[in-house]
Amino acid sequence: MTRKSSVSWRKTDDVASRPWTGTVREYDLIKELIIGVVVVGLLVLGVSAIFGSPDEPSVSLKAWATSAPADFVGTAAKELAGTSDSAGYGPPYNSTAGATQNIGPVDLQSLSGVRLPIDTANDFVITPLSTLPSPPTALARWKAATAQQRSDWAAAYSDALAAAPDNDPAKVAAGDYGPVPALTGALLDMARQGSLDGVLPSGGNFYNMDYTRSLLFLGDGGYFPDLAASQHLSGDQWGVMNETGDTPGQSWLWLFSLLYQVEPFKSAPNADALVVVTMLVLTALLALLPFIPGLRSIPRLIPLHRLVWKDYYRNR
Amino acid sequence: MTAQATPGQGAPVDEADAHTLTGRARRWLLRKLPPDKLLPEDQPSYVMSWAYVFGMGAIASLLWIIISGIVLGLNGPQWYHVSSLGSFVNSTHLWSVELFFIFMVVHLWLKFWMAAWRGGRALTWITGVISFVVSIVAAFTGYLLQTNFDSQWIAFEAKDALNAVGVGAWFNVANLGQLFTWHVTLLPLAVGAVVVLHVLLVRVHGVAPPLEAAESDAQLLHSRPEPAEAAEPAEAAEPAEVPASAESSGTQPSGIEPRGAAQ
Repeated sequence: MTRKSSVSWRKTDDVASRPWTGTVREYDLIKELIIGVVVVGLLVLGVSAIFGSPDEPSVSLKAWATSAPADFVGTAAKELAGTSDSAGYGPPYNSTAGATQNIGPVDLQSLSGVRLPIDTANDFVITPLSTLPSPPTALARWKAATAQQRSDWAAAYSDALAAAPDNDPAKVAAGDYGPVPALTGALLDMARQGSLDGVLPSGGNFYNMDYTRSLLFLGDGGYFPDLAASQHLSGDQWGVMNETGDTPGQSWLWLFSLLYQVEPFKSAPNADALVVVTMLVLTALLALLPFIPGLRSIPRLIPLHRLVWKDYYRNR
Repeated sequence: MTAQATPGQGAPVDEADAHTLTGRARRWLLRKLPPDKLLPEDQPSYVMSWAYVFGMGAIASLLWIIISGIVLGLNGPQWYHVSSLGSFVNSTHLWSVELFFIFMVVHLWLKFWMAAWRGGRALTWITGVISFVVSIVAAFTGYLLQTNFDSQWIAFEAKDALNAVGVGAWFNVANLGQLFTWHVTLLPLAVGAVVVLHVLLVRVHGVAPPLEAAESDAQLLHSRPEPAEAAEPAEAAEPAEVPASAESSGTQPSGIEPRGAAQ
């Protein structure tokens, strides 16, 4: 009985399901592995010697405060006012109402709760200043004020900075900003001296492996994202799949990055949740492809396999 | 060789006598994957195409990733920033990863166009896809561990996607301590385990034959399993079609036909 092979995953009595009983050729698995390791090793060593790898130094808070002091002070004021991106992020950092990305009624972002609590005013400004050998006197005034008073001062100063020429703190119009200018100025000095880089992530502890606070603070400003954009790394430039310089990055994330560039994902307020869920669904489809009629038949409909097995087919 | 009433250590064991869980496990393993199937000295004639080198290329790249990764890990995360040798080792780690993905993606595409899941090989396909996905996560954590500008920005961007689906609270891309555990321990073990399982499944099921292979093909025509009563060995074969290397096919099920009749 002659039967044409199907594309089914099922084990039947066809040629694909039975152990091969036809002609064979000599094959040395170990030899092929050794050759593979040697060839790939030479390739790796050669390409590494020629192209190397990029290592753009990390951005420090000191560099930010030195290179873009107005942006630094403006960001610190927003952290005090609770108007920065981090302050209103929602879980897992804080519990801002309506900040989460939902898919219909499903709110996956809230599942974890506030597991990595971030209070931007205290964690990014007040606590670091408190670790100084001589904390600014403005700290006492801030701590003695009501939450409403603090918020009003910081919001007024933040607005005034945004309206000032070049956002320059020295050119801010007069107003009732309370201790906020003194606090942000002291934080700027602390950052310029380099001590904020050590204090912010660890709260003054010797050891640290967690850079969540530093990274969120950096990202709330404009300096860090501008640097990324200049290195073609921002989201609308295919983001995380790129690497600094001309070195290829995680090109295998192309589909993930592509989804962010097209509608309906591009302009969706819950783009991140939509893209991740879409990728999970597509990955599941790929894994379960042998069980999906139609998709599994594509190799038969577009017979590229004839190129792979042309010698076999020629000698049928 | 002198026969022994009770086989000593290293002596052949009669698998029919297996009566312990260990013995039964050994019997099951040997039935599923006898040594000549695990380490074959021949392959079906259709396994003669450039298309078959990419899987091995991916495994070779993975070995280089592991070797360079161990050197980087043992020297600590700051080493490659300040040492020219460290920078070179970091480059080999990066490029072996790039090659690994190139080989793996080409391998995956080829296996798709070859419909390699046919004939009970669905789990082989699934483990292949899982190894691809786990490798992507492993590579992602590697990019986060660069401790340079790129890792800073990737962490800042990626946190949103992870937080949006509730994962970021536990898989915190800005927590270097967590990332070291994932990248240096858990994910390499996961990739290694899935790849080993994938390769073992390939050996268990054999390489999928051509999509249009049929019983009437010359390569199979004289080697079809005959009905038991009609089984007539080697005389039926035509030696002219037999490669010299094909004298002992590890892919032939014992009991279906005598060795040699397959050619």
